[in-house]
Amino acid sequence: MRLRDELEGIYAILLKDLKAYYLKPPNISWGILFPIVLALAFTLRNPRGLRDLAPGLVAMAALFGTTSMEAIVVTFEKRVGALERLYMAPLTYASILLAKVLGGAVFGGFISAVMTLLCVTLLGMRISHPLLYAGGLALSLIALSSLGALIAFSVREVFEAQTLSNYFRFPMIFLCGVFIPVGSLPLPLRVVAYMLPLTYTVELLRASTLSPSTCPLLDLAILILFSAVFLLLTHRAMRRAYG
Amino acid sequence: MHSIVVEGLTKYYGDLCAVDHVSFTVDAGEVFGYLGPNGAGKTTTIRMLTGLTRPSEGRAWVAGYDILNETLEVKRRIGVVPEASNLYDELTVWENLEFISRLYHVPRAERHRRIRELLKLFDLWDRRDSRFRRLSRGLKRRAVLAAALINDPEILFLDEPTTGLDVVSARSLRGLVGRLREMGKTIFLTTHYIEEADQLCDRVAIIVRGRIRAIDTPENLKLRAGVKAILEVELSDRPPASLLERLRGLEVEGRQLRVHTDNPQEILRLLTGEIGRSGLRLLSLRSRSPTLEDAFIKLTGLSPEVMRREKGI
Ligand SMILES: Nc1ncnc2c1ncn2[C@@H]1O[C@H](COP(=O)(O)OP(=O)(O)O)[C@@H](O)[C@H]1O
Ligand SMILES: [Mg+2]
Repeated sequence: MRLRDELEGIYAILLKDLKAYYLKPPNISWGILFPIVLALAFTLRNPRGLRDLAPGLVAMAALFGTTSMEAIVVTFEKRVGALERLYMAPLTYASILLAKVLGGAVFGGFISAVMTLLCVTLLGMRISHPLLYAGGLALSLIALSSLGALIAFSVREVFEAQTLSNYFRFPMIFLCGVFIPVGSLPLPLRVVAYMLPLTYTVELLRASTLSPSTCPLLDLAILILFSAVFLLLTHRAMRRAYG
Repeated sequence: MHSIVVEGLTKYYGDLCAVDHVSFTVDAGEVFGYLGPNGAGKTTTIRMLTGLTRPSEGRAWVAGYDILNETLEVKRRIGVVPEASNLYDELTVWENLEFISRLYHVPRAERHRRIRELLKLFDLWDRRDSRFRRLSRGLKRRAVLAAALINDPEILFLDEPTTGLDVVSARSLRGLVGRLREMGKTIFLTTHYIEEADQLCDRVAIIVRGRIRAIDTPENLKLRAGVKAILEVELSDRPPASLLERLRGLEVEGRQLRVHTDNPQEILRLLTGEIGRSGLRLLSLRSRSPTLEDAFIKLTGLSPEVMRREKGI
């Protein structure tokens, strides 16, 4: 009974966030345009090496899709007092957090799906292990969205969330194997790369579109670990804010 | 039976003691007013009782549940109207209430009936498809009150329900509070309007700088002010110093004098004598029984101006 109440609350918040924020026409069109522009930019630069780049592009779409809107939604609601509505309700912090993370993951999933479609149709990406691809992407979305939540719940203002997100996002793009294979980085950078979740996203997507080179199970386990750590830290930040 | 029991509840923000060891009880079905100027600690008290802020010290039980260890049980049984009307701008009135009804686990079968009843009770039925942001302040306030009732709570917390409303909306909202009382709800409301507390509340706690100065019915508070009559006098010019010396406890505002007294006859004799000597004229003279405002001034030593000061002015 209690669990059903919590699940109902999560579902209600998720649905409300999708309706009130994520599925507004400007966000939907950004969600479609962003992957197109990203794919086009790279097609124009380097029309040949794109099949190799495709998994990285999808990972990038997942990263920006999950973290961008979610941070805005949470910090905005915090500022106008609407987040407090949720705290007033008979729901645990964990459920509120999960609902927010799912919102970011769903939006990131939508953008990643558009990107996947573009990569398959235009760039000739072939998904040889669809289940692994879907599972890896889903876990990545949860991990990245949890990171987005951690940032959003730890700061006060919308712009702080944006700045802080960028501290994570841009290094991840360059270190996590999106453009440059992690293996060819100098050792210190390689160590950093393995401490960032996006590295495992790229590895998983590569493994499911080409022939697996590393053990995908380890990647999946590490993404689960990242999600757990980010969620716990966020939960702590939420409890501290109730002070 | 007590709906709310508070023992030594305290909140520190750094060095500031926002709420300083307050204790009181609220009976079931009672309208309990928390009256005090801005910054007195009213909102902080409500936030602690509704599980939005952790107390630094003290304990409290709401609807029989401990606010520290049984917060969710408390939240199930209360409705809260916060200071700011914080429903979702982007959703319609109906969608807002439907969302809140899910957050409070209202059974699916009852949801729509409940929403319909509340919208009709609060005269919002015709506006059910308007976005929240399109509503006037008064209507927003009513929608938030409707949202607070969606789970049919035993106890309602209203934080300055009429602040910022025009006279007509404020009056209609006070009428609604009366209706809710008749429906048997226990109501804890904060206000910095002295008359509002007098009009609406069965008992009033006066809070200043985090401390409760007095708790009683408005009638008893007026008695405790310890004055039988108040004389209000208007002179043709500012009163001379000699008059001020003879009459202790006199309040002066320009040409207006106010005297609290148990012996109006004696005061009148003194006044007419002094006024005649200084060549002033008596323009008007009025005597009245003490109001809650008089009691408030007496009990707190604050001027009523402090209470009229709105936030941020
Ligand atoms: N989150 C906070 N951090 C620091 N100080 C606060 C906080 N909330 C309230 N205060 C301070 O506590 C005091 C009481 O505030 P509040 O309970 O809002 O008063 P009221 O509702 O009676 O106007 C004020 O001095 C206010 O500045
Ligand atoms: Mg307040």
